[in-house]
Amino acid sequence: MAKEFWRWKEYNWKSPDKDWKQAKIITAGVDVGSVSSKTAIMADGELYAYSLMRTGSDSPQSARKTIDWAMDGTGLTLDNIHYVVGTGYGRVNIPFSKKAITEIACHARGANYIWGQSVKTVLDMGGQDCKAIKCDDKGKVTAFLMNDKCAAGTGRGMEVFADLLSVPIEEMGNLSLSLDKEPEPVSSTCVVFAKSEALGLLRQGWSKEKVLAAYCSAMAHRVFTLLEKIGVEKDFVITGGISKNTGVVKRLETELKLTALPKPPQYDPQLAGAIGAALFAKALVEKEKR
Amino acid sequence: MLANYGYKDGSGDFFITIDTDKCNGCGKCVAICPARVLGLITDESDPFRDIPVVAVTEEHRRKIKYSCAPCKPTVGRKTLPCIYACQPNAIKHSW
Repeated sequence: MAKEFWRWKEYNWKSPDKDWKQAKIITAGVDVGSVSSKTAIMADGELYAYSLMRTGSDSPQSARKTIDWAMDGTGLTLDNIHYVVGTGYGRVNIPFSKKAITEIACHARGANYIWGQSVKTVLDMGGQDCKAIKCDDKGKVTAFLMNDKCAAGTGRGMEVFADLLSVPIEEMGNLSLSLDKEPEPVSSTCVVFAKSEALGLLRQGWSKEKVLAAYCSAMAHRVFTLLEKIGVEKDFVITGGISKNTGVVKRLETELKLTALPKPPQYDPQLAGAIGAALFAKALVEKEKR
Repeated sequence: MLANYGYKDGSGDFFITIDTDKCNGCGKCVAICPARVLGLITDESDPFRDIPVVAVTEEHRRKIKYSCAPCKPTVGRKTLPCIYACQPNAIKHSW
């Protein structure tokens, strides 16, 4: 079988030193995205376990798989979790969740938890859309703008390019930065057209690196116009899968003339939505008790 | 919260902005809109909000340029029905 260059790493994690049996409130956030599904389990508002995997074609099943994987080896079962909040594209289709909250609110809340209250602008670059979010020091959304009209400028687009250029998806960002001179961005905004354009460039003799650079800068520019519309305030952070692609991030930072806060080592920015959902779940448990 | 619904493409910016802090969920804009672009929803972006909020319906989000066009004559433009109906002044169009 041909190598699947688009395939990214699926993994789970559990806290080595915390014990959920000591916790008063255990909540979970399940983020079923268009491309990846994430679960974050929190014990008294602190991250206890998580998982990150690919969303299958069946979204209730994906939700179930990701939460099972997060609970794997912890001894937790669904009955031990007091409240589950669902978010992401598939949020209305999670049988065991009590409430659905948009990923917009969850990413803002999650970013506030991961990077702290100085975060004012969050850019979520997801699998199939891209959202610019502004929030206050409590992680409450004050404005948002979403582009879900097409898949260019998103993770899905990157996967298509990984396959086209036979470059493993994790290496794409750095490879695109290996050029001395920046090429013109590809002009197509649609990923299908961008792919044909890129193929044309390859056949003309462009190197992989050059095509990749052209695509990354087109993506960065597209997102830039979205951010410009809503106005960027410091501190600025990027969540979602593309936040791990240095090629896009670096070019976006150059265009914005602003650096995104680096990711704290203990958190994966792709989990921001799930973490936010789990935090909302905790707040909702507390609200019910009152 | 300023909720921006719509898109940006080669032909321009097409966004309807709802100021959810001002929106009181009265639904007058929903009733007046001839194209049924607006709808009342429970605010999934603010889990602690108790009253409904108006939003651009899923169906129209990617084509509001066309859905809203009949209300936007090029000459002698009067106030748009949705903006006219909204007493708290919560609706804005970007184009």
